[in-house]
Amino acid sequence: MSLDYVKFTPGFDTFMPKEYRDMVEHGPFGKKTTVSQMGSFKEILEEHPMCAGCAMTLFIRLAIIAFPNPEDTITVGTAGCGRLAISQAAIPFVYGNYGDQNGVASGLSRGLRIRFGDKPKDVVVMAGDGGTADIGFQQVLHSWFRKERFTTIMLDNEVYGNTGGQESGMTTRGAVLKMAPLGKKFEKMDMVSMAKIAGCAYIATVVPNNPRRVESCIKKAVLIAREVGPTYIQAYTSCNIEYAIPTDKVMEDAKTVEDDRYKFTEYVSEDAKAYLAERYGYKEFTQKPVAAITNA
Amino acid sequence: MDSTAIIGTTNKKGQVITDPRVMMNDAPRTPSFFTGSEVIKEAVRRANVDVMVAYPITPQSEAAALCGELFAEGYIGDYFRGESEFAVMSQCAGAAFGGARVFTTTAGPGTMRAMENFPMWAGARLPIQCIVTCRGINSPLSIQPDTIEIAYLMNTGMLVWHAETAQDFYDWILKGYMVSEEPDVHLPLALCCDGFFVTHTKDVVDLTPVDMCLPPYDPYRSPVPCMDMECPPVRMMRDPFVMKSNYISYATHASWQQEVWAAAERSRKHTIAWLDGLIDIEDGDADILIISSGTAVSQGREAIRLLADEGLRVGLVKIKTLRPWPEEELREATKHASHIIVPEFNVIGWMAKELKATIPNSNRVVAGPRVCGGMTLPPEVIVEEVKKAIGMRSGVLAGRGG
Repeated sequence: MSLDYVKFTPGFDTFMPKEYRDMVEHGPFGKKTTVSQMGSFKEILEEHPMCAGCAMTLFIRLAIIAFPNPEDTITVGTAGCGRLAISQAAIPFVYGNYGDQNGVASGLSRGLRIRFGDKPKDVVVMAGDGGTADIGFQQVLHSWFRKERFTTIMLDNEVYGNTGGQESGMTTRGAVLKMAPLGKKFEKMDMVSMAKIAGCAYIATVVPNNPRRVESCIKKAVLIAREVGPTYIQAYTSCNIEYAIPTDKVMEDAKTVEDDRYKFTEYVSEDAKAYLAERYGYKEFTQKPVAAITNA
Repeated sequence: MDSTAIIGTTNKKGQVITDPRVMMNDAPRTPSFFTGSEVIKEAVRRANVDVMVAYPITPQSEAAALCGELFAEGYIGDYFRGESEFAVMSQCAGAAFGGARVFTTTAGPGTMRAMENFPMWAGARLPIQCIVTCRGINSPLSIQPDTIEIAYLMNTGMLVWHAETAQDFYDWILKGYMVSEEPDVHLPLALCCDGFFVTHTKDVVDLTPVDMCLPPYDPYRSPVPCMDMECPPVRMMRDPFVMKSNYISYATHASWQQEVWAAAERSRKHTIAWLDGLIDIEDGDADILIISSGTAVSQGREAIRLLADEGLRVGLVKIKTLRPWPEEELREATKHASHIIVPEFNVIGWMAKELKATIPNSNRVVAGPRVCGGMTLPPEVIVEEVKKAIGMRSGVLAGRGG
């Protein structure tokens, strides 16, 4: 987007809604805002209809703040709680059909590349565990195998939250939920391993109670997807309603689950490391001089 | 973008971007002997298509693969094989959301598998063109010609046209984009033909010059924002109405669905100009009419020739667009007819049902003859139906239980 759009037409500023004025004057477009500045700028996602204490909403807010170029980012999603928030953000959100977000994103990413060439247009999929691992599984895996260049983020609350608490493929074994009246009979699907097998260039698992880490993962994932290949982030975003987590214990639960079975993991392919180092100056991935290694 | 400014310039293949009316109506034509599948390729070659997504299913596989050759030659911006028809149509949607001109093809069970996408395309106002080479729908498994899938497509909100010949196909692929992409229409087009009969037979088709092509798609003529983040950062939605059980949410949905169907109606004026009317009439003042679409029209025309040999004068109405449905045209065309024979290639007789719901004194409509599952429709069967309708004795054909 030309940032000229994010200005007032001369003489019209006083007539624009306050919402729009705030977005132009205090929004993140064209600026490098970070999660540590939350509360001091107008966020792209602000109002939302999500439940009180929803960890997913916090994660989505953090993710959107972390987008490296919000003025050139388009999000894609599918049915589920997440889209109720994402669709109210001040960037375009594409909703296609049930579980086809990675197909839509494949076409969108390719269509935008044809129209805009090398000018980056970041396509970011945010969909739930059901949308990603169950109904959308085929299109997710195929988009990765095809090396489609966009980011897939799974908002993993381990349940179909929006439809009232049914078991999903990402539910842990034994959990008693609707449609699993005797407890889930099989293990939580290992989508991280599948992402690796399918050739994702960047894979991370995160929880939302470490905002800087979420920000770091999202930025890397979006940047790598521009040129290197598909990227996947799997975020534990608990459903405090269906899992009966008291509102004030949601972050505590995230910490417990992180320590127990949702540890932070990050895989960066060698190509992606080199790309981040060369293109975006990531020091952690910069090759150390051979001499230095020899001396050490 | 001023779309007239690019007329006369060339695209990356060196084709001259031509005023579509000049290209389709005035430019010299070269007769060529091609299969229907090859004709699809030749039309797409001249259509300035940005993205095509392909998937194999008989009888459209050949056309979909031939478009891959166009991509290899550089005539299509991007092309790949999806993983199922549902995925393909989603991928097409994504590319169209991003402002690309999109083309795809499908058939029979593929159409059914992709079906969730078609009302979504219409609702999202994506002017994608989908060729539908109709075939049987399972089960039992059939790959043979059968038009039953059109009955489903007609209720999706898409424009639905039914080509009779390869020439129709060639012209309508190109003209279809022009109608679909009009700002007051901006709807997807299901361009149907009868599988095998059109796709796998050779015919002489008059082609426009290969060095001329349509102007590229301009996504900023869309009535809804292009999803390319080139527009001001407004919040497009407050309180997603999908979750609300209140009057406003119902009214929003209702008015939008009405708008989609109104857009299909608004395509009439463009379609009439491009296709020279929504129906074609031959000997329309005859007392007996044969009315249908697709290759059933061709068979009807043969039956009329046989009947003429016996001194019976029968008229023909070829329906070109099923959506929009040519309601007024059909009322006018059937005003004087006392017998209306509707031959069809499907078991349910959707064409006869539509027609009966359209014209007064619907008992004039004979809902048949119908064949399905790949059966051919010999003109003699139509002849017999005509004679039966008017009370003439005729020889009983084998296999009809007479």
